[in-house]
Amino acid sequence: MHMLKIDNLHARVEGKEILKGLSLTVKPGEVHAIMGPNGAGKSTLGNVLAGRDGYEVTQGTVDFAGRDLLALEPEERAAVGVFLAFQYPVEIPGVNNTYFLRAALNAQRKFRGEDELDSMRFLKLVREKLKVMQISDELLHRAVNEGFSGGEKKRNEIFQMAVLEPKLAILDETDSGLDIDALKQVAEGVNALRSPDRSFVIVTHYQRLLDYIQPDFVHVLAGGRIVESGDKDLALKLEEQGYAWLAETHPELRKADLAGAPA
Amino acid sequence: MNPLPSPFVRAALDAADGLPDSGIAWLDIARRENLQAFAEGGLPEGRNEAWKYTPLRALSQRAFVLADRTAAAGIAVDPTLFTLPGVDGARIVFVDGAFRADLSSLDADGIELAPLSAALSSQPEPLRFALANRYRRGAADAFVHLNAALATDGFVLRIAEGATVSRPVHVVHVSSSSQADTAWHVRLLVEVGKDAAADIVEHFVSAGDATQLGTVVADVVLREGARLGLVVLQDASSATTLVRRGHVRIDAGAQATLHALELGGGLVRHELHADLDGDGARFDSRGVFALAGRQHADTQLEIRHKARNTASDALWRGIADGRSRGVFRGAILVAEGADGADAALSNKNLLLSGMAEIDTKPELEIYADEVKAAHGATIGQLDERSLFYLRSRGIPLAEARSLLTLAFCRAALESLQNDTLREYLGERLVAHLPTGPAE
Repeated sequence: MHMLKIDNLHARVEGKEILKGLSLTVKPGEVHAIMGPNGAGKSTLGNVLAGRDGYEVTQGTVDFAGRDLLALEPEERAAVGVFLAFQYPVEIPGVNNTYFLRAALNAQRKFRGEDELDSMRFLKLVREKLKVMQISDELLHRAVNEGFSGGEKKRNEIFQMAVLEPKLAILDETDSGLDIDALKQVAEGVNALRSPDRSFVIVTHYQRLLDYIQPDFVHVLAGGRIVESGDKDLALKLEEQGYAWLAETHPELRKADLAGAPA
Repeated sequence: MNPLPSPFVRAALDAADGLPDSGIAWLDIARRENLQAFAEGGLPEGRNEAWKYTPLRALSQRAFVLADRTAAAGIAVDPTLFTLPGVDGARIVFVDGAFRADLSSLDADGIELAPLSAALSSQPEPLRFALANRYRRGAADAFVHLNAALATDGFVLRIAEGATVSRPVHVVHVSSSSQADTAWHVRLLVEVGKDAAADIVEHFVSAGDATQLGTVVADVVLREGARLGLVVLQDASSATTLVRRGHVRIDAGAQATLHALELGGGLVRHELHADLDGDGARFDSRGVFALAGRQHADTQLEIRHKARNTASDALWRGIADGRSRGVFRGAILVAEGADGADAALSNKNLLLSGMAEIDTKPELEIYADEVKAAHGATIGQLDERSLFYLRSRGIPLAEARSLLTLAFCRAALESLQNDTLREYLGERLVAHLPTGPAE
């Protein structure tokens, strides 16, 4: 049984078609890495799956554990178990991190018909997760992401994921802008959350994150479609050779689709 | 001068005719002078810069009779209507502008609190300056003249020198449901003695939806080294027209802090003038207005630095939804010789609907040296990225909007020291927000 099945997905942003027939199937417990040159549609995929306004799906379907994901509001997608770790988490002054997270968790639980957590039970849960994530609880008393360093913001994303316990986590270039220590911490957090019934889609521009999170599958997204799939050796090949070689097997890809080789 | 007085003015003249003399010669003369000044000037019109964004044409066509004092004394009012958490000191309640002894409790340590009528009958002379000389023709606007001509009730509050009054004094204005198309006028006089400290919570509520006009003119004096925390919670029904004008004089080393929360009312004008008269005086003001429907609220802040090393900090937030209109004018004057003044003013506004309107106008006039002054005003919308972030974590749209709107106002309320009251004001604000919490 699949967890996520994307079939022939086409999506436009500001009138421009970015995804042009993307298909991808993810089974429970699997970790899929999606790599690709700049402008291939990597971030668009995450935003379309999370339901952001301004991303218009023109064709194709997304099935999430038997539901039509595209028919759900963003908050409903969260409640059924989809989590997007943002490339650029926003700062929200005036909204306390803990308050926000409890409101989010309880809204999800309510949607699923589960009882809401009172502050005692919530705090206990948070303490457990903090330990796993090695995050200081000082972070909790601040406003959401306000004044956080780049690394703190990304760790906060993973921490939120740990508390909300989604079925499918999409990491949108979570590794970008992180130094090697922060990258390792984020990877450790993700690894601690791996489980047979939780899947990950890791969108990344660089191979180095995959040194710390072992993917089951690696896909190349170029020209708005998955054009190549393999195991982690594919990531290494991309690291060494860039994307230009794909033009031989995929003559339909234009040169521009394959520009922006990984550093 | 209008050849034909408007229905509003005619009704005020009729109301004055029906008022008995006070028996105090100077007071009766002052009332007549103010009435004359009001009748000659009429209500401000569009040409009047101070009223540019608050047109009164519709109001001028309405006729309000004076609220019946005898009737007001008999109206049943449930005290839970105005009970406020964290506000447990002396209380003075006015129903349709009439003092209600049965709902008030005037005794508390360190304070002397008396209804205006009682103060006038026992010792009128100390009130002469405030009631007769202060607002002369040309030195006051139409509503101040109207209030001076027609206000027969109010209070005199004195905080004794050196006294620290720990429990906030609760001032309540109730608009009743039983007297439609009536007007009431209340006059407040407050003196905080040298080195004294006190808190006052002024509270506007409605017991129904009667169309009423209320005016309040408040004069507050802080003597040297005094401290005053003033909270104004305006939670009246949308049928109410309210005009409140406060004047605060702050002597050397004294500090006044205002927190204002404007939630209700149909047409509301709130003017606050602060004079920093003594060296080292300080005035902090914080306020939020949250409007919906067809509400119109106009806040006018005038802060005058007139002595050395004075400081003022104004932080106001406005929210307008529906077809409402918010107006904010914040004017800071630093007079010649007021060297070392430090003035800051920030007004940020949030438009939640395409039909709502906000007009904001910060003004700065500086005639002194070595002055630090900063001011800024913005009008914006809820940040779409923040909304999506909250929703992507599972928070429903309505709740996300409410959360962000409250966050926007938080800075204006967080400095209120009274935790219990601050939390309550936050809850009232959330309940009032157009999108409201999910449940």
